Amino acid sequence: MTDLATTLAPERTAPVPVRPRERSTVGRRILVGVLAVLLLAALWELVKVVVPDGGGHLGEASVLPRTDDLAMPHVWDIVDRVLQPETSATGSPTVLSAMLSACWFTLRVALAGWLVGSIGGLLLAALMQRWQLAESALVPWVVLSQTVPLIALAPLVVGWGGRIHVGTFEWQRWMSVALIASYLAFFPVTIGALRGFQSPPAAQVELFRAQAASWNRTMLSLRLPASVPYLLPALRLGAATAVVGAIVAEVSTGTKGGIGRLIISYAQSASGDPAKPWAAIAAAALLGLVAAGLVSLLGLGLGRYRYAEVR
Amino acid sequence: MSAVEARGVGKVFSSRSGDVVALEGIDLTVAAGEFVALIGPSGCGKSTLLRLIADLDAPTTGELTVFGKTPQQAREAQDYGIAFQQAGLLPWRTVTANVELPLELHGVGKAERAGRARELLSLVGLDDFAGHFPHQLSGGMQQRVAIARSLAERPSLLLMDEPFGALDEMTRERMQTELVRICAESGAAVVFVTHSIPEAVFLSQRVVVMSPRPGRISAVVPVNLGDVRGEGLREDASFFAAVTAVREALHGTPVTARGVDLR
Ligand SMILES: Nc1ncnc2c1ncn2[C@@H]1O[C@H](COP(=O)(O)OP(=O)(O)OP(=O)(O)O)[C@@H](O)[C@H]1O
Ligand SMILES: [Mg+2]
Repeated sequence: MTDLATTLAPERTAPVPVRPRERSTVGRRILVGVLAVLLLAALWELVKVVVPDGGGHLGEASVLPRTDDLAMPHVWDIVDRVLQPETSATGSPTVLSAMLSACWFTLRVALAGWLVGSIGGLLLAALMQRWQLAESALVPWVVLSQTVPLIALAPLVVGWGGRIHVGTFEWQRWMSVALIASYLAFFPVTIGALRGFQSPPAAQVELFRAQAASWNRTMLSLRLPASVPYLLPALRLGAATAVVGAIVAEVSTGTKGGIGRLIISYAQSASGDPAKPWAAIAAAALLGLVAAGLVSLLGLGLGRYRYAEVR
Repeated sequence: MSAVEARGVGKVFSSRSGDVVALEGIDLTVAAGEFVALIGPSGCGKSTLLRLIADLDAPTTGELTVFGKTPQQAREAQDYGIAFQQAGLLPWRTVTANVELPLELHGVGKAERAGRARELLSLVGLDDFAGHFPHQLSGGMQQRVAIARSLAERPSLLLMDEPFGALDEMTRERMQTELVRICAESGAAVVFVTHSIPEAVFLSQRVVVMSPRPGRISAVVPVNLGDVRGEGLREDASFFAAVTAVREALHGTPVTARGVDLR
C-alpha cells in the first residue's frame, strides 16, 4: 500500500503552474503510448535474433524461452494474421474484426466496472475522511481485499448474482464481470482520493472552519478540488486495472463475447497457428492503454486544479 | 458589550516530549470597536491567543467570551474575520474567487459578491490582478488578497496575525492607513498581532506586550494618538514617545538612548 500511495502522491512542495502546457499533454501522451508499443515490438524481434531458437540453457535448466517461430512468431506475422479470416470456414470474419468487437465488449464492461469502483472508492474515501475511526477500521480491509485472488472470487460472484431476480431485473453474466473489474478499480481510487481529501494544508482547513463551513461544504469547495491532482492518476490506474480485472473475470467465469474469452479460444489453436493468440494478447494490452487514455481525457477541463500534479 | 473578554485564560500543549505552557493567566478585555495590538518575542503565544479567540483551539483553563458568547457560538455566528500568518489562498481559485470565498460559503448572491470583491481588491491595490491565480502573485500580494478576504463580510471583530509581515515598507504604511480608516468607518474591533513596534503604535489604541515561557501579558501600553491618523503622525513627537514606551515595556527596562525602531 505504501508503494502505491507514494506513486499516487504528487509533489506537494512546489506547486508549479501547468496550465500553458495543458493542451500539448494529450498529444504527447498518445505519442508516448505509440512509441512504447513500437519499442516493445523492436525488443521482441531483438530477443528472437539474440536468443537461440531452442531457448537459453544453464546446464539442464532452461532459463530463456524458446524463440522459434512457433513460440515467438515475428511481429509482421502477427500483424498479417490479424488481417486474415479467423478460420478457414467460408464467410468467417477477419481476426481483426473479431478482436475489435471482443475489445468493444470488454471495454464497455470494464468501464462500467471502473465507474462503479470509482464511485465506491470516492464514497469510501469520503467516509474515511469524515470519521477517523472509519479510516483506521477500514484501511486494513481495503488493503486485504486486494490480496484475495480474483480467480477464487469470480465463481462466488457469479453464484451470488445468479440468485438475484428483482421484478423484471435479472442479473446478467457481464454484470458479474463488471463487478469483479470494479473490485480491482476501487483500490487505487480509494487510496488516491483519501490522500487527496487529506491534502489541504492546515491554513486552508482552518479557514473553512473559521467560516463555520459544514463538512459537506468543506468537502465540495476544498477537499474535492484539492484532491484532483491525486485523483486523476488514481482514476487512470483504476481504468487499467479494471481492464485487467474484466479480462481475468471473463476467463474465470466463462463469459463469452470478450477479449479474455478470445485469448483462451485462440490459445487452443496455438500449435498450428501461433500468431493468433499473440494477436489477442497484444489487443488486450492495447485495450488497457486505450482505457487509461480515455480516462485521462477527464483531466482536460481541470487544468486549474492540477497545479501540483506529477506528470 | 466587549468584543473579547478573557479571564485567566491558559493554554497547555501536551506532547510526548513534555508539556508546553503557551499561555498562562491571560486577562484581556477588548471593547467593541477598539484596536488592540499584541506584541512580544517569537513564541510567546500571540498566535495561540488569536486561535483561542477564533475557536480554532480550546483554552485549557480560564474563560473566554466573544461578544458575550462562547468562541464557538461567535464563530458559528460569523462574528469575526480572520487573516492568518500564512495567506492560505486556494490555488485553483482566481484572486477574485478567493476574496469571494467567505461570501460564497454564506450564500451571498453572485452580483453582490462580485461588487464587494472589486471594492476590496481596489482597496488592497490589486485591481489589475483580479483574474490571476495565487501562484502568479508575490508573497506580499497573496497576503493582501488574504486581508481583502478577511474584510469581505464586514465583521465586527477582525483577528489579524502579522498580516503585513510580507509587505514592503511603502505598501505596508499604505495598508496601515487604510486599515485605520476601515476600522474607524466600520466600527470593527481588531486584535492585531505584529512584531513591529511602530506598526503597533500607529494602528492601535492599546498595545498589549507579552513575554514568553509561559506566555503572559507583561504590560498594557495605552496609546492615545487620536482618531484621525494621517501620514504626518509618523513624524510626530507623541508617536515617538509612544514607541519608546512600548519599547521599554517590551525590554522590561527603561531604554535610555533615544534610538527608535523606525521600521
Ligand atoms: N499545535 C501546537 N502544539 C504544540 N505546541 C504548540 C502548538 N502551537 C504552538 N505551540 C507552542 O506554543 C508556543 C507559542 O506559539 P505561538 O505560535 O502562539 O507563538 P507566537 O507568539 O505566535 O510566535 P511568532 O511570533 O513566532 O509567530 C510556542 O512555544 C509553540 O512551540
Ligand atoms: Mg505567530
